[in-house]
Parts: sequence; structure tokens; C-alpha cells
Amino acid sequence: MSFEWPWQYNFPPFFTLQPNVDTRQKQLAAWCSLVLSFCRQSKLFTLDVLEAQESAVFNNNRIHRKLSVEAIQVVFEELRKKGNLEWLDKNKSRCLIMWRRPEEWGKLIHQWVSKNGMVNLVFTLYELSNGDDTEKEEFHGLEDWMLLRSLQALQADGKAEIISMDDGKGVKFF
Amino acid sequence: QTALQSQLLKAKLDVGVVLLSTHRLLWRDQKNHECCICIHLSQIIFFEEQAAGIGKSAKIVIHLHPAPENKEPGPYQHSKYSFIKLSFKEHGQIEFYRRLTEEMTQKHWENTPVSQPIPTGIGPKAGRTRAVGIVGIERKLEKKRKETDKNISEAFEDLSKLMEKAKEMVEVSKSIANKIKDKQGDITEDETIRFKSYLLSMGIANPVTRETHGSGTKYHIQLAKQLGDMLQAPLEERGGMMTLTEVYCLVNRARGMELLSPEDLVNACKLFESLKLPLRLRVFDSGVMVVQLQSHSEEEMIASALDNVSDKGSLTAEEFAKLLGLSVLLAKERLLLAEKMGHLCRDDSVEGLRFYPNLF
Repeated sequence: MSFEWPWQYNFPPFFTLQPNVDTRQKQLAAWCSLVLSFCRQSKLFTLDVLEAQESAVFNNNRIHRKLSVEAIQVVFEELRKKGNLEWLDKNKSRCLIMWRRPEEWGKLIHQWVSKNGMVNLVFTLYELSNGDDTEKEEFHGLEDWMLLRSLQALQADGKAEIISMDDGKGVKFF
Repeated sequence: QTALQSQLLKAKLDVGVVLLSTHRLLWRDQKNHECCICIHLSQIIFFEEQAAGIGKSAKIVIHLHPAPENKEPGPYQHSKYSFIKLSFKEHGQIEFYRRLTEEMTQKHWENTPVSQPIPTGIGPKAGRTRAVGIVGIERKLEKKRKETDKNISEAFEDLSKLMEKAKEMVEVSKSIANKIKDKQGDITEDETIRFKSYLLSMGIANPVTRETHGSGTKYHIQLAKQLGDMLQAPLEERGGMMTLTEVYCLVNRARGMELLSPEDLVNACKLFESLKLPLRLRVFDSGVMVVQLQSHSEEEMIASALDNVSDKGSLTAEEFAKLLGLSVLLAKERLLLAEKMGHLCRDDSVEGLRFYPNLF
């Protein structure tokens, strides 16, 4: 499925950071949702800033426009404020992209578990993210760190328990 | 060569330096500084010059009293002659003669030196006072003060000349202004204003203006009214707005000789509102100053700008200016204003700055 670009993507002013405050707010909102949906589509959980700068998200070759480095940083900062982005290093060269928040993931996983009547069973993390059973699920291929956070969220909710095992972690759902 | 001279030559009193003090006449051998003879000035009865001739150098002949009993030993105990001759081989004779005359007139040796530090003030030649103590210090201070005074005067010599010239200029302008004042009936007010503005632009304050028209603001009031009339037509032609520089050029071109200074133009324009003239001076955020018709409505302008841009999809300032017949500067200001109101958004790229309708 090819990615569907929003109308703003082909609107040249989209690639210029607007000086008018109101206009800018709307512009940034559009950018955030574009980045997130792109990452969701491509199942990207981490972003390398330098790579991102070259990617199609911030470069529209058709209209010969690209978002400046400063503006990209502004977009990332906006995402961070919203809770969708986390910097992995001080230099801000790599970041975690959470186009779905941990709580939301947790909910999805729990739904699948209950639906299939697998409550009170213990799963390894690998089973959940890479097991054959979960192939059709959205959370299939979820990166470990994200999976862990999602399960932690569930745990906090009392809906799961993380267990330490010999060769890693496991989880039991309630 | 006289006998004495030959005698003196024999005595090897040939080349030397003659010294004159207030009391004595001295002669010192140039080679042998130990050899020095002197004659007290009181011994001199009379002296005269002998001009130089061919082969002869200028001379001064000094006739002397007979030697007193207690005379100190000199080169000669006796001499046939009662005079000596000073031969000035290398000039100095005129000066020496003059000085000798001075000293012989003043006869300082007849004064009794006073040893007290405070002068007693006995007659004009009461005696030489010694400059010691407080008097000396006072004298020194006085001398220094005089010197400083002199220095300052010298330093300001140039300035005083300049001030004189400036005074002359002001006088000239005053006289002209007065002539105008006298002829008030013949010259129209407009011309008077023109002349005054001419003087003002030269930088010379016109006393007539100041006297008759207050602090100069009244001049600006007049000017503002004039501008009000003058600018109506051009403003309408240009869509109701002109930058101040455009106004300046237009006005001064029309005036020809009696040009306005930028300062006066601005000050006059500032008075538009208070004088209830149908013009306004307006300053944009960027600092650009314009004169616009009061009837000019900003909202209308912006709405029409938005229409123009939407029509063409997008516009640069240059394209917009061309479309409306405005100057590029004004066109840009209008577009920026529309952006500020949120009607337009910008596209800034290597291709330039374009404005689009705000679809966000």
C-alpha cells in the first residue's frame, strides 16, 4: 500500500515555517500527523535525524521543496511535546517515534489476548512480537522497547504482570 | 696700523671675544681663556664708531678716563694713548655699539644694590629687587597665567574667524528677510514660504519666520496644507498610497528651486491628522513610511489582495506590484499585512518569496 500524502505535502508554503503564529500552529499540526502516519505506515519506531532529512517526508522533489533543518527540529520538538517522540541521545541525532502511545499498544495486545482466550497464559516477549500467531496483528514486529513499555502500562493498570525468566522476560495477562 | 694696535698685537691680544656687562667691558682671548682683561664702564668718557673700509674692518674707539690710583694690574701699566680700539673683524659692531650706548645711558654701576627682599619703592630707579620669597612666586604665577592666556587666545584664533564669517552670513540672511518683510504686499505668501524654506534648507534659521510664526511649527502647518492640496491627485492615481520617498521626490520636482528638506516633509506630514486634512502619515512594522488618503481602507485593500493572489494561485511582490501599478515596496507591505491578518501564507525558497492564499 503506497503512502497517501496529505494535500499539504503538495502545497509549497507547507515547506516554509510560517511567521504568522496561528498559521504556524496549523502547519505544525499537519507536519506532526504526517510524520506519525508515515512512520506508522512504514512501521518505523526509531528515526535517525540525518536520514530523516533526506527522506521523502521532508523532501518533495516534485514541487522542488524541502523542509529546512531548523524547521525539522521545530517539528520534532513539537512531537516531543505531544509525547510522540523521545530523544535517545543528548545530541538529538536519534529518537524514538511513538505513533501509537504505549497505553494504546497495551490495550491492543490485551484485546487480542482476551479475544483468543489466552488469559492467564505466560508469553515470552518474542512470542508476542514475532510469533506466528500474532502475524496478522498490528503489534506484530513491535520493537522490544516499545513492547516492554506497553506491557508496563498494562501492568500499571493491573492487567498484566511482567515476569523475569532465565533467558529474558515474560508476561502473564489477567 | 696704530702703535697701540701693534703694541697689542705684540702682546698677542689679537683674536678674542669682547663681553659687555652692565658694569664692565671685558675682553677674553679666544685661545687662552685664562687671559681676560676688563675695563670698568665708569672709565669710559666717550666712544665712537669707525666705519669699515677697504681692507679695514669696522671699529669702535673707546676713550677712557685716566687710570685711577687703585687700578689693578693689567697688560700695561702705562700707555701713551687714552683710548682703545675694538676691531670687529667678524661683524657684531653695530649691535655692540647699540648695547654699549644702552649701558652707558643706564649707568647701572651707579645704582646701589638693595639687599632686602621687599622693594622699598624709592623713585623709579629705586634699585633692583631680588626675586626671592613670596614676591618671586607671585611673579612666576602671574607670568604663567599670562602665558596660558596667550595660548588660549592663539588656539581660538581660527574659530573667531569662522564665527565672524557666520555672523556675516546671518546678517545677509537677516537683511534679505527684512527686505521681504518690507515688500510683504508685493510678494505672495507662497513665495515668502518658498524663500523661507530655501533659507531653512540652507540651515540658517530665518528670524522672520521665528518672529512672525512662532517656533517654526506654523511653517509646517502651512506646508502641511500645501501638501494636502498638492498630493490629492497623485495619490488617487496610485491607488491611495505613496511612500514618503515618492512624496519627497514628487514635491521637490514640482517646486523646482525651493526644495523641502526631508525633515520638514516628515514634520508637515505628522500634522495631517490634527489639521483634519484628508491625508494620513502611516508607519508600517518594517519602518516604511507612507502617505495615504484617509478614504483609503485597509480591509478593502487586503480583501482585494487576497482576490488577486487567489486568482493567480500565488504571487510574488514584484508580480503583485506590476498587477496593481504600485511600487514594489508598497506591494510587499500590502502582502505582508495580508499575511499578518492570516489571509495569506508564504513560500520561501531559492526561487524567491511567494504568497499563497492561506489554506491551512
